[in-house]
Amino acid sequence: MTYLLCLILLAVGLYGVLAKRSIIKIIIGLAIMEYAANMLFVLFGYRINGRSPILAPDQQVLNIVDPVPQALVLTAIVIGLATTALMVALAVRIYEKYGTFDITKIRRLRG
Amino acid sequence: MTDINILLLMMIAGAIVATEVKDMLSCIVALGLVGLVQSLAFLVLKAPDLAIVQLVVEILSLVILLRATIKRGEIESEHRRDYFPMALGAALCVLILAAAYPVIRELPQFGHPIMRVASEYIEKGLADTGAANLVAAVILDYRAYDTLGEAVVLFTAVSGALAVLRRIGRKRTETMGEKG
Amino acid sequence: MNREPGMTLIVKTITRLTVGLILMYGIYIVLHGHLTPGGGFAGGVIVALLFVHLMLAFGKEVALKKLSTSLAGALESIGGLLFVTIALLGFIGGYFFLHIYGKGQPFALFGAFMVLLANIAISLKVGAGLFLVLVMIVLARSEDGK
Repeated sequence: MTYLLCLILLAVGLYGVLAKRSIIKIIIGLAIMEYAANMLFVLFGYRINGRSPILAPDQQVLNIVDPVPQALVLTAIVIGLATTALMVALAVRIYEKYGTFDITKIRRLRG
Repeated sequence: MTDINILLLMMIAGAIVATEVKDMLSCIVALGLVGLVQSLAFLVLKAPDLAIVQLVVEILSLVILLRATIKRGEIESEHRRDYFPMALGAALCVLILAAAYPVIRELPQFGHPIMRVASEYIEKGLADTGAANLVAAVILDYRAYDTLGEAVVLFTAVSGALAVLRRIGRKRTETMGEKG
Repeated sequence: MNREPGMTLIVKTITRLTVGLILMYGIYIVLHGHLTPGGGFAGGVIVALLFVHLMLAFGKEVALKKLSTSLAGALESIGGLLFVTIALLGFIGGYFFLHIYGKGQPFALFGAFMVLLANIAISLKVGAGLFLVLVMIVLARSEDGK
């Protein structure tokens, strides 16, 4: 049930990419898809009544949540920010050249 | 487990607002809501490292989006509705959800992961690396190649954004004209 | 729009008071990355947010005087080269990325030495790179007059 809700979030982001006309809405849809993918990874590694993966000098090692998906998602979040910044830079350039953010009006090739 | 379901429902509501509303400022604020609730969800799922990184990355991406759209005077999005892309988008989303349902039934039940690799990292992490934070030990000692790949991707994205936004070459060719 | 760059007086005063605290907090998260949650990525983005805060409150000339675009590009490249050097130093011991000086006492600040150096290198790279991207997006409209 929890996995299904996360996949519904991914589907909402995918709808935003496919059915919208303005470039900024497409970028927002891609950002929502990235959030859903990272959330799904961390949900795979959760253990009920687990502890966070930080060791302390006076406690025992028992029942720790899986640290490997957390390590992979940590780099994925920063990479998502870098690609969003690159997409926004491209959108700014398109706006300077064509004067609009609408994808049905930027079909002419200008040298 | 029900608190994670409630947080996910809030994220879905925020995402639906962010893709449908015409006013651009409301869209960007709704995207900020989705990121903030995701940071809370990471705290509930016992991942404090990820909660810190998600919060600050969300703030920076909101600043970048706002600076690119609102300052350029683009405050409302499209006015017409085309029906063919909307139907295509809805059909593909339903197809993906229907195809994902048998896969969800094959996965291990939520809350009981199969930790084959991670049990070895948990037992020998402190003795091998000397770091008490196991996530830092995994990304900087056991899986340091992935961090090197992430550094390369970040560098490429920043160089690409700079190459797209340069103005020096264009200004000089416009003023030099027939000489150059 | 010909008015003073930046925001109102209240925002400027509070920025002057909290800028040093934000820098200290970012460096604390980077240096204690192997003991408490955080690490190089979180600290690097916090230091980038510090310069973004200066730029939003005082206007872009003041922020560019503190950290110009060429210096930010140089810092990012130095951070990347430092990370690769730490990786290549592992060849002394045997294979790529072997940490040779680590494993001091656990739970101490200078315990795992190579992990500490790698955190500092990553924070330099991430912080300088993300600040550079935001400055270029803001500067792209200044010669247009729009």
